[in-house]
Amino acid sequence: MNKENLQLDRHGNLRHFLTIEGLNRALLTEILDMAESFSGVTEQSIKKVPLLRGKTIVNLFFEASTRTRTTFELAAKRLSADVLNINIPASATSKGETLLDTLRNLEAMHCDMFVIRHPNSGAAHFIARHAAPHISIINAGDGRHAHPTQALLDMFTIRRCKPSFHNLCVAIVGDMMHSRVARSQIHALSTLGVREIRVIAPRTLIPASAASLGVHVYHDLRAGLRDVEVVIMLRLQHERMRGASLPSEHEYFQLFGLTEDKLALAHPELIIMHPGPINRGVEIDSATADGPRSVILQQVAHGTAVRMAVMARAMHHQAAGTGKYQ
Amino acid sequence: MAAAMKAESLDIETAIDELSGQLRACLNERNIDNPIMVGIHTGGVWIAARLHKLLALTAPLGVLDISFYRDDFTRIGLNPQVRPSQMPGNIDGRHIILVDDVLYTGRTIRAALNEIFDYGRPASVILTVLIDRDGRELPIQADVSACHLELGPQQQIKLQGGPQSLQLEISALDNKG
Repeated sequence: MNKENLQLDRHGNLRHFLTIEGLNRALLTEILDMAESFSGVTEQSIKKVPLLRGKTIVNLFFEASTRTRTTFELAAKRLSADVLNINIPASATSKGETLLDTLRNLEAMHCDMFVIRHPNSGAAHFIARHAAPHISIINAGDGRHAHPTQALLDMFTIRRCKPSFHNLCVAIVGDMMHSRVARSQIHALSTLGVREIRVIAPRTLIPASAASLGVHVYHDLRAGLRDVEVVIMLRLQHERMRGASLPSEHEYFQLFGLTEDKLALAHPELIIMHPGPINRGVEIDSATADGPRSVILQQVAHGTAVRMAVMARAMHHQAAGTGKYQ
Repeated sequence: MAAAMKAESLDIETAIDELSGQLRACLNERNIDNPIMVGIHTGGVWIAARLHKLLALTAPLGVLDISFYRDDFTRIGLNPQVRPSQMPGNIDGRHIILVDDVLYTGRTIRAALNEIFDYGRPASVILTVLIDRDGRELPIQADVSACHLELGPQQQIKLQGGPQSLQLEISALDNKG
């Protein structure tokens, strides 16, 4: 089955949110605009809108997460949905219940949306293909494949700081090999039309497929950061690394850790982003992570509004009408 | 309330002047000083901006997009072009003038009232509309309106051309489910 079509209904409305691939600029922009409206909800004394009242959203996490699960939960609650948090450590599947059994059980509880994080790439697509037709699936990170809501909140953060995507030069630094975030960011940045995307990392942490994504690959941090306006640092993913991709964390920091000194050639209005959690002193120096150019905490704050927008858009397809809003 | 009239004979600029006169009288009558004016997107904001100027109000104009508060999400879904709502500071204990272009079923005003109350507890809300038309589905009435229009249920009326050259467009409603 076609992955792109799986996400949209026959009217072109968002049905599932699994990956940035296959979603056009207009749709991404609409979601970002809607997130802008949702961000105002936090200014209300009652920080809720009644949009998804009576809907049940299940956070189905097969992999540890604090920030992502919390912001999804907060987003669902701010939309007035009922939320179930189900954490299933990988070991629990040894009880014999398959992923599909879990799915059928949750469907029987009349849930409307599943937010899924899973260590296997493609898990969210698999569930979207097998779930009952009225259920929307949101991918909250699947293996090394995609983390589309993180990418969108990063785009939201960039848009808040920069006048437009068109003339931007963005660098993604670090472990692209194991990063679902980087893959989704690259798709989002190119869909939104940035001028140049750079990936800066040691050879062992850049997948062979990188060039086919239209990015410029650098192995020298200083050179790669020249004139860059947005730098996105990636976390070293120890838990996904097998074998010796790196000599040592110390040596990695010497070469690829972001410090004020290495930013000398970057654009004067540079912003620094990181999807979290930060390994201080490994991929970024503490002073830089907490410095004036860092927008890392804004990213977290934007996570809720962006996830509210994605949930609201995906739930829209359940509307009984013609799909046309009047 | 103004006598029922035909839409074609309505001059918007005159109607807005009339509306501001009535609103001023209403505020005087109720001894309301320094109210907060709030317009409902999109037509209501255009009218509110005019009234805000004519009445020389000091509190900044608030704007509401009631999309997140509509009662038909499960029927027609969400307007993809929703704009941010913005209230000028704390509304607790303040008098609010809620402005819309057309009052019809009352459902938009129900949604707007719910949204306003998520921002705080106002002392009062005065509903001001340019056009009052028949067809109410909820017990909601305007406190101030410039004119009352007779329109059939198959007719749709919409304020266009704002914020500069406001005009009313009357069209036949699409037959939809």
